[in-house]
Amino acid sequence: MERLTEFGWRLLPFLTVIVVWYLVRWSGLVDQGLLPPPHLVFLDIWQRSTDGTFLIDIWMSVRRVLLGLLFGMLLAVPVGFLIGWDRRIRRFIDPLINFFRALPPIALIPLAIVYLGIGEVAKVAILFYAAFFAGVIVMYEGMSQTNPLFIRVARTLGATDWEVFSKVIVPLTLPHVLTATRVALGVAWATLVASELVAAQNGIGAVIQNASAFFNLTTIYAGIIAIGFFALMMDTILRWASRRFLDWQEREAQ
Amino acid sequence: MNGEGSLASGASGAGGLHAERSDIKVRFNNVSMHYGDVEVVRDVSFDIAEGEFVSLVGPSGCGKTTMMNMLAGFVRPTSGDVLLEGVPVSGPGPDRGVMFQEYGVFPWLTVEKNIRFGLDLAIKRHVSRTERQAITEKYMRLMRLGDFRDAWPKNLSGGMRQRLALARAYAANPHFLLMDEPFGALDAQTRSDMHELLHQILQAERKTALLITHSVEEAIYLSSRVLVISARPSRIVERIDIPFGFPRDKSLLDSGEFIALRSHLREQVMKQYAEQQALR
Ligand SMILES: Nc1ncnc2c1ncn2[C@@H]1O[C@H](COP(=O)(O)OP(=O)(O)OP(=O)(O)O)[C@@H](O)[C@H]1O
Ligand SMILES: [Mg+2]
Repeated sequence: MERLTEFGWRLLPFLTVIVVWYLVRWSGLVDQGLLPPPHLVFLDIWQRSTDGTFLIDIWMSVRRVLLGLLFGMLLAVPVGFLIGWDRRIRRFIDPLINFFRALPPIALIPLAIVYLGIGEVAKVAILFYAAFFAGVIVMYEGMSQTNPLFIRVARTLGATDWEVFSKVIVPLTLPHVLTATRVALGVAWATLVASELVAAQNGIGAVIQNASAFFNLTTIYAGIIAIGFFALMMDTILRWASRRFLDWQEREAQ
Repeated sequence: MNGEGSLASGASGAGGLHAERSDIKVRFNNVSMHYGDVEVVRDVSFDIAEGEFVSLVGPSGCGKTTMMNMLAGFVRPTSGDVLLEGVPVSGPGPDRGVMFQEYGVFPWLTVEKNIRFGLDLAIKRHVSRTERQAITEKYMRLMRLGDFRDAWPKNLSGGMRQRLALARAYAANPHFLLMDEPFGALDAQTRSDMHELLHQILQAERKTALLITHSVEEAIYLSSRVLVISARPSRIVERIDIPFGFPRDKSLLDSGEFIALRSHLREQVMKQYAEQQALR
């Protein structure tokens, strides 16, 4: 019963948005042709899903996001760790990171096509780029706030360098890794449509672009909702993981 | 330099209760410390012999923690030497257990695992698993944390965190105990119990201890020697050998001699507090 109520509360904001959506449509504030009603959008999602092509598009997009995120974080964790740790390394790398981070990933698409072609590699590379720079910043800002007191305590208890690393630094790093992954995931989803501009054959981004060529607003909305849905699902999983594994934290990682 | 009054030299000559000067473990040799332009410690010299219990009392912000940090090996003096068994301290080590003013309880470990942290390190590999567990249980019980063994530190009160930090430091069984205001967050009764416990531990294992405290009574009751530290920059303005032998018990607190010593020391400390106030 309690679970059901909890689930209801989760759903309520979305139901509200749908109601407002209908209201805006009926109020006549927006030309009805420019705002398809929600039920048509969901019908579109249903039809596309049952004929199978949409599921393939979703799978392609999810796979790109996950691969970009995986490679991005595999690099962001050690790099963020190092520059958060060592002031000299930070002095050297910080300006570079800020420069590359300021570049919108979409600006790199021409370069990605030149060097990596128009296949999966180019698309994943763009997502990797976005995920890495988002993740690395969160990582090293978290790391640079690490309280040196805990390392001192471990030292006075006789910890070796390896023990300080494995028993103090790793547990202190874990929350930042999770936060960085969540931020990077959000950025990867945000970059997805742009990355699929590279010879859009499939993927949710491709569906949206093709639909926009035919001014098919219903499908554009369907694609947007699909992206939002899967982004939210993945974020929910990560949030659950934070709660589960970082129970000890003073403030719950939101 | 007039601060080093006549009582200081007189007292250290008379006491004779502390261990022989031949087994000096720690020596502060004309130690000075600057943080940038701020002079925190000025030309401090004192010795701690094997088995001695030395307390530092002095106003907040005068540099007591800094002095302890030099012995713990976290900072180096700007000039002078801190010698540990004749060798300059080069870094922290498990021979010197530290109980930090900010506790430093590991938030990602439960109460039990915090206490066991030092015992699970490679240096304690020679201790059997059952013995390690027994030590953990012992200090968990002595610090009255048994009901909270699986609790996260975030759910403990300030006093409980302090006891947890003490348990962890004691459990690792270092030869030196460096304690920075270890009982500050405890109620009077618990504090008194902790004094007895510390007495027992020190008696049983003949450890050497350095204690920082703001309580003159606590300093006298626990120590073989009390050093009064001046307002910043830290100098030693008075060294008092405590003329009571060990073991001690609470009846000492009511003795005339104890009370006289306490009021004398309190007066000295008050003077320094006033000076530190003026400094701000
Ligand atoms: N790392 C540091 N960098 C700069 N200044 C410092 C540093 N550590 C301590 N100080 C300064 O040195 C002075 C003495 O600090 P310390 O912590 O030793 O005082 P304390 O006697 O332990 O005080 P309290 O009784 O409040 O704990 C303070 O004025 C403090 O601001
Ligand atoms: Mg202090």
